[in-house]
Amino acid sequence: MIALDANAIAGDLIEVLGVDLAAEICACAHCGASGFFAEAVVYTRAPGRVARCRNCGEVLAVLVTIRGITCVDLLGIAEP
Amino acid sequence: MERTAVHRRLTWQFARVVEGVTETARTKSIALDAADWPGHLAGQHVDVRLTADDGYQAQRSYSIASAPEDEHLVITVQRLDDGEVSPYLTETLVPGDELELRGPIGGYFVWQEALGGPVLLIAGGAGVVPLRAILRHHRAIASEVPVRLLYSARTRADLIYRAELEDYDTVITLTDEHPEEWNGRTGRIEPNLLAETAWAPAERPLVYVCGPTGFVEAVADALVTFGHSPDRIRTERFGPT
Amino acid sequence: MTPPVSRGFRGRRTDESLSRRVPPGQYVTPDFPVLSAGPTPHQPVGSWSFEIRGELDEPRSWTWEQFNALPSERITVDIHCVTKWSKLDTSWRGVSLDTLLDNVVTRAEHVLAFCDGGYTTNLPLDDLRDGKAWIVHEYEGEPLEPEHGGPARLFVPHLYFWKSAKWVRGIELREDDTPGFWESYGYHNYGDPWKEQRYTGD
Repeated sequence: MIALDANAIAGDLIEVLGVDLAAEICACAHCGASGFFAEAVVYTRAPGRVARCRNCGEVLAVLVTIRGITCVDLLGIAEP
Repeated sequence: MERTAVHRRLTWQFARVVEGVTETARTKSIALDAADWPGHLAGQHVDVRLTADDGYQAQRSYSIASAPEDEHLVITVQRLDDGEVSPYLTETLVPGDELELRGPIGGYFVWQEALGGPVLLIAGGAGVVPLRAILRHHRAIASEVPVRLLYSARTRADLIYRAELEDYDTVITLTDEHPEEWNGRTGRIEPNLLAETAWAPAERPLVYVCGPTGFVEAVADALVTFGHSPDRIRTERFGPT
Repeated sequence: MTPPVSRGFRGRRTDESLSRRVPPGQYVTPDFPVLSAGPTPHQPVGSWSFEIRGELDEPRSWTWEQFNALPSERITVDIHCVTKWSKLDTSWRGVSLDTLLDNVVTRAEHVLAFCDGGYTTNLPLDDLRDGKAWIVHEYEGEPLEPEHGGPARLFVPHLYFWKSAKWVRGIELREDDTPGFWESYGYHNYGDPWKEQRYTGD
């Protein structure tokens, strides 16, 4: 399974969050590794898109587009 | 703590196709006129959306190939054999057609003079597209920041913007061809090639790597092995979505 | 408001002659697309096991050897993915859930399947019984490849294919229903392709 990075979902993140999350530095809630969200490992071929920490592989965020509405769950991004 | 600026809303808009230019057998540059285009930074991309008559929609991202200073907004599209959108863009779309897009997108994979250099651009295949925008912008502003492109392609016939790239400091390496009369390199990008063509890690170049995922990861590994700092490396991975 | 149409764009369409076999909104593909929410796990069969746990008399589990000693059958069937592709006449070999659930005593009506890599999906227990579901380990006569879910995946072809969980390691029998990974993000709790139950509320 070849993955991309979060550059591929940058537009949807801006549309939903109002912030260019890909250009922000984020920390993984699981392992603490930090880096640009753009560098997250992103799986785009699925019922939704899943962004994972490049360091530990845990889920950082899930994007699902249903009936034209995109929802973003930032479940794996650490509190600042 | 500094608050993140809230982004201007990204809205879909229609752009009119002005011209299509065949770059290689598989790639085509599409020049667009978008009435509400706010301008862009070199390295950014647009999202393109197609709507079929039954309402079905398909959306893809394409890097902007033009510099902010260029007359038209240009994207360069590589046709994927089993693609859904790329065959339409490269074979069906003609001047006069409307194309829905939103952008510009991406504050991460951009170069502006304020970021300094030296700047090392490393392209794999169609990954050369956003790097060409950076080169055009760099030239348009007459920047004195040193910049170099290292471009890996399978064969000479696969080189996009080949003639134009001769105007820049470009090193080309071919992975599937060993031409007899050839000024460039052959073989993959490995630490040896980086040692000869890239700035030394001590000079802390800003490195932009773009291309298929496997290429980007191999090159990023080679850069780090060679001693470059990960925080000076920006990556953008291309692939089917 | 729908945007204007892109002149000449057709998207992927199915041949008219096949359309009766294909649920609404699907197109037929000759390929076998690989979809995933994460990296492909590579579970060595030496440490693989399949478990039935939760609300039942006694948990059960099988090692790879034990699993392969169970009676298995060949299944040829169409499969339908919620991302709109359908693949016709796909051929698999696997152990029926009827075999695995044989003699299980339970009050549970719900199942949560769990997998290497953390993926989960939920189904009614009834939909795993009576010849409707298998744990498959072969595709087209060859051992199931990791990218398609090998060593073994859940196979429930009467529902959208996200329910046929790849890299399955067991099922948890539950008295209460709990949504799995995609279900918790708005995908339909049941997922009947013939009723086009893609999303909650369909």
